[in-house]
Amino acid sequence: MTSAEIISYLPYSKPFLFVDEIVSVDEHEIVGNYTYGPDLLFYAGHFKGNPVTPGVILTETMSQIGVVCLGIYILKQSGSAMTNIKIALTSNAIDFFKPVLPGEQVVVKSVKEYFRFNKLKCKVEMYNEANELVCRGQISGMMKI
Amino acid sequence: MISGLKEIIKPYIQDEDAFANLNEETDFINDLKINSANLVDVVLDIEDKYDIIIDNDAMDSMLDVKSALAVIESKVAAK
Repeated sequence: MTSAEIISYLPYSKPFLFVDEIVSVDEHEIVGNYTYGPDLLFYAGHFKGNPVTPGVILTETMSQIGVVCLGIYILKQSGSAMTNIKIALTSNAIDFFKPVLPGEQVVVKSVKEYFRFNKLKCKVEMYNEANELVCRGQISGMMKI
Repeated sequence: MISGLKEIIKPYIQDEDAFANLNEETDFINDLKINSANLVDVVLDIEDKYDIIIDNDAMDSMLDVKSALAVIESKVAAK
């Protein structure tokens, strides 16, 4: 399954799509990246005169790459027809270590803990261009076709 | 067995009063206000505690204390 194919199944679009490319994926783990364009709307207000990517956006990026894209791959591999995917974030616990500034590319790595009864739980990490850990934690969501 | 189940459920409940009055008729979602994602955790914790495998059909039936106990009992008996 190609990166473009996985992204085509995502139920997001601009300005709330935070996946540029899936670099590698299998049944257990996924790696993808995203570059925060300097013109993204939230930079105007977070913070005033000092643009920093909000933690909720970093969390969203980790969720989209690390949980939703991985879930789409697993569901597709299991032979599901990929119409009408229903998704919901159900919990996350993230620790943040470094700020991400406008224009930075981040890499998200996620490892599946389990995917049972429609619940996908993953251990997710985000790295910046210097390969420093930006944030990490656990994210769970329900995914159903 | 109901006390073992109560211990598993405790971290996920939202309604303390319903939990304090837990009985066989208590419904996980409507009474205890456990969300569907945490209900999955309850079932996975049950699997670990009783060393059983719960399939999708059994999971779908485990909506209240009585039906959960019935599933646990039959799976443990079948081991």
